[in-house]
Amino acid sequence: MDLSRQKKAPIYEALERFRKLHVVPFDVPGHKRGRGNPELVKFLGQQCVGVDVNSMKPLDNLCHPISIIKEAEELAADAFGAAHSFLMVGGTTSAVQAMVLTACKAGDKIILPRNVHKSAINALVLCGATPVYIDPKVDKELGIPLGMEVADVKKAMDENPDAKAVLINNPTYYGICSDLRSIVKLAHEHGMLALVDEAHGTHFYFSDKLPCSGMEAGADMCSVSMHKSGGSLTQSSLLLLGPAMNPGYVRQIINLTQTTSGSYLLMASLDLSRRNLALRGKESFEKVARMAQYARDEINAIGGFYAYGRELINGGSVYDFDVTKLAVLTHKIGLAGIEVYDLLRDEYDIQMEFGDISNILAYISIGDSIQDIERLVGALADIYRLYSKPEKKLFSAEYISPQVVTTPQTAFYAEKESLPIKDCAGRVCGESVMCYPPGIPILAPGEVITKEIIEYISFAKEKGCSMQGPESDDISHLNVLKI
Amino acid sequence: MEFWFEELHTDNVKMSIRVDRQLFSGESEYQRIDVFHSPEFGRFLVSNGSVIFSEADEFVYDEMIVHVPMAVHPGVKKVLVIGGGDGGVARELSRYPEIEEIDVVEEDQLFIDVCKEWFPDNACGLEDPRVKIYNENGLRFLRSRQDQYDLIINDCTDPLGHTAGMFTKEFYGNCYRALHEDGIMVYQHGSPFFDVDEEACRAMHRKAFRSFPINRVYQAHIPTCPAGYWLFGFASKKYHPLKNFDAKRWNERNIKTWYYTTNMHGGSFMLPRYVEDLLLEEEESL
Repeated sequence: MDLSRQKKAPIYEALERFRKLHVVPFDVPGHKRGRGNPELVKFLGQQCVGVDVNSMKPLDNLCHPISIIKEAEELAADAFGAAHSFLMVGGTTSAVQAMVLTACKAGDKIILPRNVHKSAINALVLCGATPVYIDPKVDKELGIPLGMEVADVKKAMDENPDAKAVLINNPTYYGICSDLRSIVKLAHEHGMLALVDEAHGTHFYFSDKLPCSGMEAGADMCSVSMHKSGGSLTQSSLLLLGPAMNPGYVRQIINLTQTTSGSYLLMASLDLSRRNLALRGKESFEKVARMAQYARDEINAIGGFYAYGRELINGGSVYDFDVTKLAVLTHKIGLAGIEVYDLLRDEYDIQMEFGDISNILAYISIGDSIQDIERLVGALADIYRLYSKPEKKLFSAEYISPQVVTTPQTAFYAEKESLPIKDCAGRVCGESVMCYPPGIPILAPGEVITKEIIEYISFAKEKGCSMQGPESDDISHLNVLKI
Repeated sequence: MEFWFEELHTDNVKMSIRVDRQLFSGESEYQRIDVFHSPEFGRFLVSNGSVIFSEADEFVYDEMIVHVPMAVHPGVKKVLVIGGGDGGVARELSRYPEIEEIDVVEEDQLFIDVCKEWFPDNACGLEDPRVKIYNENGLRFLRSRQDQYDLIINDCTDPLGHTAGMFTKEFYGNCYRALHEDGIMVYQHGSPFFDVDEEACRAMHRKAFRSFPINRVYQAHIPTCPAGYWLFGFASKKYHPLKNFDAKRWNERNIKTWYYTTNMHGGSFMLPRYVEDLLLEEEESL
């Protein structure tokens, strides 16, 4: 990384120059630097709406960058150790979809972990590829899905040598990392592309004390949520390419679905965040890691709660752990994660990132202070004192290998009918069924509903698992493909 | 020379104090601290632009937050002061011979140093041999304390700034746990008059009211506070601030005060209707 070059922020600088030109706007957006919408100016500020502008010669064009956006993309590529990068304005969802759509076309196979983000499944609906799923192992105590084991990936590749790519979630929401280097190496040996969904791993690029990043592992494409740990505005993201990819083709794929009016607010926020990460990321993330570790130690000292860390590492399904993540197991104090999540918000004015059946997750970032960490720890200590109950046994899920008979695309567009769940055996499912914990789909569109699955769904429901996905709220019916 | 310190109490109300000279300005990890000398208030200390106390009116605050609970609780031996790095609260506490330990938890060392240098009449309270200063976060300190104190005084003033954690349900809950079964907690309750302060005042009552079986609010007149009007909270596990108040016992101590009297004690719990109403609304919102 060329540090002196990283001090530049070409989009931000061009917007600042543009602001001073006082150009008379006879172009969109129609609010004309806010003059046409005073309420919006009052709400967002002149500083903000004044640079909500359209593509034009001095400001380049996101669909076909030749000047400042091109330079910002080159700088981002340099900062992240990529051969090429794209500024994305449709969220990391758009970056994940661009990866899948670049790698596969209708009829191709792609290897994915079963707990993949819905943006990837939706990309399969768009392109018509066939998923080959890998069982992410589940930690029975924590009730969370883990990473992919290399042996499972190898088996899937050997059984599906025609697959075009493997998609890796790294890290997971909970901070679990797979053995990225080995999986990438394996993919390349099998002539497949290695795609990494790094929505929760932007910071890996800026610290040598954190797990290996996708580009460092030699991946071909990585989707990086700059707006999560990177500090840019919501909905802005980066797509990174390795040296083997053709950036021109990827740009065409992106342009299939991306807006032609890319927001300069989002692009400038990416530009400034990239600069900040390149110049100050290392110390910032070391501070974040220290705060998270402090919080873990203090929470574990309360008793009852378990804030997990690197001790989970087992060389396989937990190859590494992202220490900036602060996930806390709550079910040992007799409370579901979601109950603690609600208590923290309603009683203590603390908003967590999420709560599932057995865990809560606090997102620690460069915006936090130690005083806020004390509040969280203090609140958990108070919850332990006031609300703890005897522990309930956690339902442990067994992985059921899915039988994919048709692509998610075919299933999505097929004619469907709603049947009582008991009558669904042998039919092809038209929707997703997800079970929490551990948040792994039981069924996805295009998969056979077996007797075993029906039994599992009713058993999980009886055990108090939260089931999501289908149209019918109580999961009494499923939409299946008409025969 | 016209040299004025100004503080916005609301967007539309400003307090100005003529200043002779600035004595100190410095910044810690937590706050910017300024010390001025003024003809009217003597020296006064400012944190992030807000007056924390002045030589002329600190006695009101320090006396009211200490003598009110001390005239109620019959046997205070161990006291915890959260914040209070200036020493004024410790100074008032040190007038009671039966108190054995005074733990002062002040996170900001700079605040202590500045008070020692510029407010020796307050900071002398920290010199008492019973005082032990802990340089750490109040919430963190409280987490490991259980059934240890007779009295906790929350001397933090700003419910929105770096001491926001001391105005939360977790703080009141952790205080409850740190107190003996007959313990009392008193705390700054803010000023109820201006709209911008009202919500913070309501929120404090809402949280403290739910954390302790007895919860009453009392008042004082403090010129440098917004609207010159300040409230204190009295949260208690056992003793009622009026029913268990022992004027005779307190008067026999012969403690010299400038604000607090045992007549004032009862009167300070008699609140204006609008304050009573807003507190009642919070109590009934549960």
